[in-house]
This record gives sequence, C-alpha cells and structure tokens, in this order.
Amino acid sequence: MSWVTKTLKSTLGRKLIMALTGLFLILFLTGHVSGNMLLFKNDGGEAFNIYAKFMTTNPAVKVLSYLTYISVIAHVIYSIILSRQNKSARPIGYAESKASTNSRWASRNMGILGTIILIFLVVHMQSFWAQMHWGDLPVVTYDGEEYKDLYSIVNFAFQNIFMVIGYVVAMAFLAFHLSHGFASAFQTLGWNHKKYSPAIKAIGQFYCIVVPVLFAAMPLYIYFTS
Amino acid sequence: MKLTLKIWRQKNSSDKGGFATYPVDHVSKDMSFLEMLDVLNEELTEKGEDPVHFDHDCREGICGMCSLYINGKPHGPLQTTTCQLHMRSFNDGETITIEPWRAKAFPVVKDLVVDREAFDRIIQAGGYVNVNTGGVPDANEIPVAKTIADLAMDAAQCIGCGACVAACKNASAMLFTSAKVSQLALLPQGQVERKTRAEKMVAQMDAEGFGACTNTGACEAECPKGISITNIARMNREYFSAVMSSDNV
Ligand code: HEM
Ligand code: SF4
Ligand code: FES
Repeated sequence: MSWVTKTLKSTLGRKLIMALTGLFLILFLTGHVSGNMLLFKNDGGEAFNIYAKFMTTNPAVKVLSYLTYISVIAHVIYSIILSRQNKSARPIGYAESKASTNSRWASRNMGILGTIILIFLVVHMQSFWAQMHWGDLPVVTYDGEEYKDLYSIVNFAFQNIFMVIGYVVAMAFLAFHLSHGFASAFQTLGWNHKKYSPAIKAIGQFYCIVVPVLFAAMPLYIYFTS
Repeated sequence: MKLTLKIWRQKNSSDKGGFATYPVDHVSKDMSFLEMLDVLNEELTEKGEDPVHFDHDCREGICGMCSLYINGKPHGPLQTTTCQLHMRSFNDGETITIEPWRAKAFPVVKDLVVDREAFDRIIQAGGYVNVNTGGVPDANEIPVAKTIADLAMDAAQCIGCGACVAACKNASAMLFTSAKVSQLALLPQGQVERKTRAEKMVAQMDAEGFGACTNTGACEAECPKGISITNIARMNREYFSAVMSSDNV
C-alpha cells in the first residue's frame, strides 16, 4: 500500500476526509443560502431566475458544483465506513448507559441526523436541481433574453403545506448536525487552540442557527405570501 | 446501607455471560466501592460460590488497574477511579449495575476483568524514547520551558485505565493514544522518534480494532485524570504532518 492509501485508510485519514468534505459543504451552504435570499425579493422571481441561469452555466461555478457533488458523495461514503468501524469496535453494548451526562445528543447521533439530511437532499435535488437541468420548464424573457422559470417551480412547490413542513423539519436536523459538526471539523483538523477555539465554537453555534433558519424561512415566506 | 448489586458474570472469554443479582447488607457509607465488593466476595466464598472477579492494584488512584462500568458510567458517578469511589456516592436501597468495559479490543477475561493489553501494544509501537546509555546526565542539561513541561506532565497523568474507551460511543482509544503521543512530542527528548511515533502508534491503535473519534468529548468528561481532548487535536496534527513529511513511503 502506498503511504497515501494507507493514510486514507487510517481512522485519522477517514476523519480528515469527513472534516474537509464537511467544511466544504458548509462553504457551499453559505453560498447557497446567500444566493437564494433573492427569493425574498418581490420581483416575480426575475433576480432569482437570472441567478439560477448563472449558476448552471458559468464555468467557474461548474467547477465548484462538481466539488460539491464529490464532497457530498465522499462525506456519505466515509460516514458509512466510519459508522461501521465504530459499531464493530463495540460488539456488545452496555445494559445501562448514561451517555447524556458526558456528551451532547447531536454529537452522538451524527449518523441519524446525516441520514435524514441525505433523504432530504434526494427529494430536494429531484424537485429543483433535476428540473433546472433536465426538466421541461416554462420560459420567461427579461430584456430580450430567455430564462428558465425555476421560480415558478419553487413557488408552486411551496404552495403545498407538506413540502413546507418537510423543509422546515429537515432544516432543524441540519441545524443539529452543524451544531456539532462545525466545531468538530476543526478539532479533527487539529485546530484546537486557546486563542481560536472559543471563536470557532461561537461561530459554529451562530452558523448552525442562522443558516438553517434562513433556509427554512424561504418556503414559509412563499407559502404565506402567495 | 442495603443495596442490590446487578453484576455481569462470565466464566471465561468464550462464555456468553449474563447478569446475576446479589443483595448486600451492612454496607458502610465510608467503604470504598472495591471494599464493598470485597465484602460481597467474602460472603460468596464462605457460601462456596465463585467470587466476582474484578481488576485492582494500588487502590489509591495511581495505577489504572481498576475499571468497572457502574450505573452507566465508567468508574461510576464521580470523575475518579473506581478505587477512589466511596459508597457515600450511592443511596440506601439502590440497585447498582456493574458491567465490564465494553470494547472489541478489550475482551472479557472473566466477570468484570477485561484484557487491556491492546494499550500495552500501542505503547510498544512507539510510546518510548531512545537514549544513549552512559553517565547520568546533569540535571537541567536540557532546558524545558515551564509551560511546555506542564502540558507534557498533564498528558503524562494518564494511567491507562481505559475509561475513555469505555465511555466513548465508538470505543475509541484516541484520548489514551493522544496523551501518550503528546507527552513525548512536547519534550525535547521525544523529538528523535517524533514522526515515526505518531505514525506507528496510530497504526497500532487502528490494528487493535478501536473505533474512530467523533469528538463527542465523553472521554474527557469521564477521564479520572482529566486528560483534555486538546491532546487529540495535537495527535491529529502530529499524525497529519508526520505522514506528509516522514520517510516512510
Ligand atoms: C450539507 C450537508 C452536510 C454538512 C454541511 C455536513 C457537515 C459535517 C461536518 C462539518 C462534520 C464534522 C466532521 C468532523 O467531525 O470532523 C460532519 C460529520 C458527519 N456527517 Fe455530515 N454534513 C452534511 C451532510 C451529511 C450527510 C448527508 C450524511 C450522511 C448520511 C452525514 C453524515 C455525517 C456523519 C456520520 C458525521 C460524523 C462522522 C464521525 O465523526 O464519526 N453528513 N458533517
Ligand atoms: S486518558 Fe484518562 S480515561 Fe483514558 S486511559 Fe488515560 S487516564 Fe484512563
Ligand atoms: S486500583 Fe490503582 S487506580 Fe484504582
């Protein structure tokens, strides 16, 4: 085995991949939430549709989007590998366990939280991402240029109260995943320092609330305003 | 005090094992937990039954030999070793559940005794320094800053009890291994083998079948010696920089 494969097969190498892909997904979420804020603009979706076209055609964004796909896939694959390794490290469990006295719930349930996020991702990509790429979307024209009207699809989807509830609940799970994951990734990278760790933890707690709340506000806003 | 003990009994490593319940009476609040078990064992021996096997040695909190998962926590309700735990931490009439450490890498030998040689093999893999023999070196020949010495000594407090593994949901040995990597990586004497040490100790830790670290912090919360997970971050740095720059291809 070469040193590279040996390292990636070690527990620390596996965790390194989890942390790097997780952090990249956090970067992605930041961009995603910022762009989608255009949904709050009262312009019938013009700014949002122009943005959506840019995101699916710009070559630089293409590179980033492929990195995102790779990150999601690697993050999920390694979460399965790690979960199996961790499970097999304790074949017989305890009859009585007071884990809640020594650790936070989210940190002990990253796999369950991640699985729910994954189910959400599949539904989410099917409803919007796949539609934008291959769907038969209505076309709108702004300033003589044609745009796929993704906004109308989004608008239609969030007339459905069950869609809205599903999205809000999924964002709650994302919040819990990030409430542990954000700071955890830095610890995995070895970035634990008196000067920086308190700030990392504080930013993590801020981020894990603000970003999911903004995401959850979008379906709610559309449902209640249209 | 009157207590009911629910204790894991297992004849040997291949036996399936199960819980047995024992009532104990006349337990003093000032007894240590292990003394309470001694009393039970005396009664069992007098009745001609097999006494409950458990590990212990110094009984003063320094050797790391005692273990026991008591009422859902390693070393019981306090952040101390089982030998330093006293019956005043329990209530009259309580049922106390006592289980062995649970980890694939710590197989049960008998009853509550587990084999922790996996830790010894991690130490053998790299937890040492090579020094040239010869005359006794002068004290203070190698200067070490007080702050660094303190960090190394904090890490060196680890007594190898395995409560971190027992507490971790993944049965991970990261806290133990990182304490052992740190205590040497911090000191000048540990520089010679610094890179190979991190690589070999992590490889051995993996080979023993311990789980990975999810950074839950359970180990740190339960460690009787207060070993901090900053050591885990340090070991991660040591390991990543070692694999990037060592000569082991
Ligand atoms: C946008 C979505 C996601 C983001 C931003 C994200 C982010 C993170 C971060 C930052 C970590 C911490 C890594 C570390 O401890 O070093 C993490 C851990 C984890 N993630 Fe995710 N994640 C996402 C989706 C998922 C999905 C879809 C799954 C799986 C099915 C998943 C499963 C896990 C698991 C199991 C861990 C804990 C691994 C361990 O330490 O044992 N995540 N995630
Ligand atoms: S790190 Fe703490 S809990 Fe783990 S073996 Fe050392 S002393 Fe015991
Ligand atoms: S018996 Fe030595 S530490 Fe408990």
